[in-house]
Amino acid sequence: MDRKNVLEVKDLHVSFHTYNGEVQAVRGVSFEVKNGETVAIVGESGCGKSVTSQSIMRLIPQPPGVIKHGEILFEGNDLTKLPEKKMEEMRGKEIAMIFQDPMTSLNPTMTVGKQIMEGLIKHQKLGKAEARQKALEMLRLVGIPSPDSRINQYPHQFSGGMRQRAMIAIALSCAPKLLIADEPTTALDVTIQAQILHLMNDLKEKMDTSIILITHDLGVVAETADRVVVMYAGKVVETGTVEEIFYKPRHPYTWGLMGSMPRLNLSRDTELSPILGTPPNLLTPPKGCPFASRCEHAMQVCKEHMPETTNSSDSHQVACWLEHPMAKPVDIPHDVVGGVSK
Amino acid sequence: MGRFALQRFMYMVITLWVIITLTFFLMHTMPGSPLQHEDKLPPELKEEILKEYGLDKPLPVQYVTFLGKLAQADLGSSFKYDGRSVTDLIMQGFPASLQLGIQATIIGVIFGIILGCVSALRRGTWVDNVANVFSILGYSVPNFVLATLLSYYVGVKLQWLPPAKWDGPEYSILPTLSLAVLVMATIARYIRTEMLEVLGQDYMKTAKAKGLSARTAIIKHALRNALIPAVTVLGPLIIGLITGSLVVEQIFAIPGMGWMFVDSIQVNDYTVIMGITIFYSALIIVGMFLVDVLYGIIDPRIRIGGVQE
Repeated sequence: MDRKNVLEVKDLHVSFHTYNGEVQAVRGVSFEVKNGETVAIVGESGCGKSVTSQSIMRLIPQPPGVIKHGEILFEGNDLTKLPEKKMEEMRGKEIAMIFQDPMTSLNPTMTVGKQIMEGLIKHQKLGKAEARQKALEMLRLVGIPSPDSRINQYPHQFSGGMRQRAMIAIALSCAPKLLIADEPTTALDVTIQAQILHLMNDLKEKMDTSIILITHDLGVVAETADRVVVMYAGKVVETGTVEEIFYKPRHPYTWGLMGSMPRLNLSRDTELSPILGTPPNLLTPPKGCPFASRCEHAMQVCKEHMPETTNSSDSHQVACWLEHPMAKPVDIPHDVVGGVSK
Repeated sequence: MGRFALQRFMYMVITLWVIITLTFFLMHTMPGSPLQHEDKLPPELKEEILKEYGLDKPLPVQYVTFLGKLAQADLGSSFKYDGRSVTDLIMQGFPASLQLGIQATIIGVIFGIILGCVSALRRGTWVDNVANVFSILGYSVPNFVLATLLSYYVGVKLQWLPPAKWDGPEYSILPTLSLAVLVMATIARYIRTEMLEVLGQDYMKTAKAKGLSARTAIIKHALRNALIPAVTVLGPLIIGLITGSLVVEQIFAIPGMGWMFVDSIQVNDYTVIMGITIFYSALIIVGMFLVDVLYGIIDPRIRIGGVQE
């Protein structure tokens, strides 16, 4: 399983300059994505998952956003240093992206076919007729029935699930090496969610694309991801394989995420245990562990110093003071383990 | 589509009928008569003339007679210009007004779009501020004030352009400007607001994520969407142009329809008032219809008869 890294994010810092001051949305995020792998980034709203992914595509609006520090290596090239023209060649061709809300992410005044063809014409230098052929092929591939007539229709004539399929067709039309899916199923209803996830998994196998899946739905993670990156307040608190995160989570925040999820194996009377409190304000991030104020195992040191990231296995890293040899051992709350069966 | 068009046409006819009826009775409630200034005429002769034109009959009878003639496309003949038919008079005044209207619309729309886009894309910079001040001024300064200022300063003082009259292309520049500024300012304001809105939309992010350059994304994805609200105001703007031309034509002494209209009201030239009212109304109604059609072309979501599966 020794595969090459498609993407390496190293110590990424992204800030937004707002009226109130500098919001440090991403504060030193590192992770990598291997060839053909699906990496899920999870965390609650505002933890920096979307900012991280949009920084990879260099799609954060600048200003107010700015990549302050760090490297984003895509096949060895640092994307943060590429000139805009070169970056345009990467977008859609090497790295593609699909967004949360398929209702708004397609242009309402352009036919679906044309929207698929655009990328093909730009990146593969296809003529109109060839691009159209390829667009038909993509529509068929993503499972849109009667593509011959659908290709000339406008997004409002598509249902939500079909629009997301069309988005996937746009994203995968140039066979990118990396697909970033920013909450691709959040806006869809549950049956459609499953279809879209299966479609993404299928196409990933067929086209040998790596996927970064951004979500706050742990069910989706269990179903699709190989590895998981747990983010909190602009930092990575835990990374590991799906098995490690679901069966041997080590960070109290991950425990909290698992505990707040409904599970079929719990009896009806068991109450879900939400994580109390709110994430820190990133205008003035705490100097210690950002989760300390909400963590029931927090110690004095947690509030003052950010914990180092330690390896608990080759693939499993945690940033928590509980990992320190001097810390009093804490048992993983039993009700969070193996929360979602894979 | 056929049914829709027919329905639309019926509405247009009904609207026109309401306008005709209202104008007809309003006009007759105005004091005076077409012969009020003809003091030297002996009363018997006056009565004779009124009888000849059918003005001695009760109003409802006159109304029915008028509608009957109108149905045969006969607008009657002018009281003031003896023997000339109203159709004739309209055709004489219309070309100048039409030229003025078309020039003002084209210039106003083109520069309005440019101004609005530049303003949105350079949001918050001095370019945006200048453009904003300019469009607020253009929006709030009445066109007769602008027309007078232009005619006086550019025409009389600087003598760059003719201050009045209608003798060639250069004579149309100042009146066109006076009318175009409002169109430009309105369109610019709409385009700016909408452009800012559109630039923040998800599909613009999708366009960029495809690898399109910022420029291509704006031209191919943003502009068309930003145009939609501007098209809606085009209807009222055209009406504004028509009513605006009534005054502007007076100021620049252009022998167009506006001038003729004002003149006909002053002398109670009943048939001409009715004729021009009908003509203007029909023009506005057809204009509105065209705007609706244009709306459908730009925004496929409201395209009439679009097949929804």
